[in-house]
Amino acid sequence: MKKTMMGNFAASWGAQLSRVQVIAAYPITPQTLIVEKLSEIVADGELDAKFIKVESEHSAMAACIGASATGARAYTATSAQGLALMHEMLHWAGLARLPIVMTNVNRAMAPGWSIWADQNDSLSQRDTGWMQIYASSAQDILDSTIIGYKVSEQVLLPTLISFDAFFLSHTVEVVDMPDIELVDKYLPPYNPEYKLDVKDPRSFGALTAEEYYYEFRYKMQEAMDKAVDVIKEAGKEYEKLTGRAYKLVHPYRCEDADLILVTSGTIAETTNVAVDELRAEGKKVGNLRIRVIRPYPKKEILEVIKGVKKLAVIDRNISPGYSGIFSQELKSALYNEVNIPVRSYIAGLGGRDVKIQDIKDMANDALKNDSPNDLIWKGVKL
Amino acid sequence: MRLTIPEREIMTPGHLACQGCGGSLAMRYALKVFGKDTMLSIPACCWAVIDGAFPYTAVNVPLFHTAFETAAIMASGIKAGLMVQGKDTTNVVAWAGDGGTFDIGIQALSGAAERNDDITYIVYDNEAYMNTGIQRSSATPEGAWTTTTPVKHYKKGPKKNIVEIMAAHRIPYAATASVGYPEDFCKKLEKAKNTRGFKFIHVLAPCPTGWKSDPRYTIKLAKLAVQTNSFPLYEITDGIHYKQSIKVKERKSIKEYFKYQGRFKHLHEDEVQHLQNFIDENYALLEMKLE
Repeated sequence: MKKTMMGNFAASWGAQLSRVQVIAAYPITPQTLIVEKLSEIVADGELDAKFIKVESEHSAMAACIGASATGARAYTATSAQGLALMHEMLHWAGLARLPIVMTNVNRAMAPGWSIWADQNDSLSQRDTGWMQIYASSAQDILDSTIIGYKVSEQVLLPTLISFDAFFLSHTVEVVDMPDIELVDKYLPPYNPEYKLDVKDPRSFGALTAEEYYYEFRYKMQEAMDKAVDVIKEAGKEYEKLTGRAYKLVHPYRCEDADLILVTSGTIAETTNVAVDELRAEGKKVGNLRIRVIRPYPKKEILEVIKGVKKLAVIDRNISPGYSGIFSQELKSALYNEVNIPVRSYIAGLGGRDVKIQDIKDMANDALKNDSPNDLIWKGVKL
Repeated sequence: MRLTIPEREIMTPGHLACQGCGGSLAMRYALKVFGKDTMLSIPACCWAVIDGAFPYTAVNVPLFHTAFETAAIMASGIKAGLMVQGKDTTNVVAWAGDGGTFDIGIQALSGAAERNDDITYIVYDNEAYMNTGIQRSSATPEGAWTTTTPVKHYKKGPKKNIVEIMAAHRIPYAATASVGYPEDFCKKLEKAKNTRGFKFIHVLAPCPTGWKSDPRYTIKLAKLAVQTNSFPLYEITDGIHYKQSIKVKERKSIKEYFKYQGRFKHLHEDEVQHLQNFIDENYALLEMKLE
């Protein structure tokens, strides 16, 4: 059934359709609407879940961990400072191998106080053992939530779904809501092999000497590696049911391109339009949207970009002291594999709008210049 | 004679506690009362080690080890997870030290108490960060030596009154207990087990390592703390009804309590008197509230 909804509500309905059993959440702009809607859904009896209104995001994640450890499906949502406060518990969820799904509305870190789009919040959590998805439409948010549980519960790793503040969280789009019967068919109830169970008393997360810890890390990496195929399979199965395809990377007009722009989030959607305009001007430009950054889809990226003359990455984030994070990741994937010059652009930090013309400017700059460049600030005002 | 302490043993030998550990005794009693239909949430504290390193455990009930500040909310999350699966009878117990309760965990503790989550929170109080090697916490009593309050700058200011803080949340049940009075402790555990909503038990658990006391005096000290009124035993229902569970006929001098502990031995006569006055004042305040 098609409905118009804000990106935030697509997350709420995605959680509802996934039949989450425990929700623990704390308000933060621009995420708040997600859990407000969910509290309504639970209060109206449209979802059989316990909603714990916690006193902090740190506790929100801890409550999800506790609930998930009992075998319940757990969900929370946050943004920026809230996600940063959770950091310790993100590692906990990852290493405890609990398939929690969380929505994060990408918002800039303070100070100065900013509530606007920026990916530094979620990319700061890159190494916590969570799979990370960057959604680019409301439909993507809803579908990724359902697919997220499907994948997480198979590989026993949590999933973080991030999307841009306001550009997506508060923008109304048409979303096709799958029937609950269809989702039930796709996503069976969660039933883990190991859980907190009084009939099978075990201690979880005990003091672990070097004799074992190293192997736990190895197993986590194994799960991440396996997740690449599980995400593909889960995407294909979802496509069969709904007609909508979800992959780790989404190339657009890349086949014969001289230049491929590498993007994520809402910038990727704008870039598709810029690509159409550039193509109309006779410029062979494509767009490669990175939808999943953990596990890193190295093979899938290489398949798309092999043979292209140039790459240009647009990052709405920065690792201060080096460069954009998607750019670093891409370059490390290319090294030892192919020799393609990469130009790396920073744009749109703190919610500054990245318009079609801005993207065309960056593409034209990359077409003009053959030399690689690690850090180009698009439109910085000094 | 009627046995008031359940005979069953759920905790096993082979745990890693120090000799004379009050905290391990407290767990033994708690599990005797709570039984097998129990789950534990344990944050960083001595018990994160006492239970044994992976793959061993000494408690024989499901135990989830968690981050320092999350004992209460982890228990709340576990309870919620069980409730949605219809496993409503299981006792979910947050089991934390004084640092994890009085200091770093007080936010999540207050949150769970305010929501009246159906869990029991037990703080085994050894009056300092003992697992990291005896650093002061806000549960360390005035006058005590710790590694971060050396004798030249011993702990100044009174121990935080955690039970009053919890009672102020108007929770259904709050109590103090001591491993020196196991029958009284078990009765309180039983009450907590049979009460719905948030329950809080503050049990004094002497630590020979940190208190610089002889392990054989753990029970003696756990009794003397009560007999000197420095750790009175009482219950508070619904945050307002105060009832003393062990009445002390004639309170002993604090010197009697201090003399078995190295952590107070640097104190001069006037300093001991100051602490005696404080204990008496505090007790007088409590007496006014007793029903």
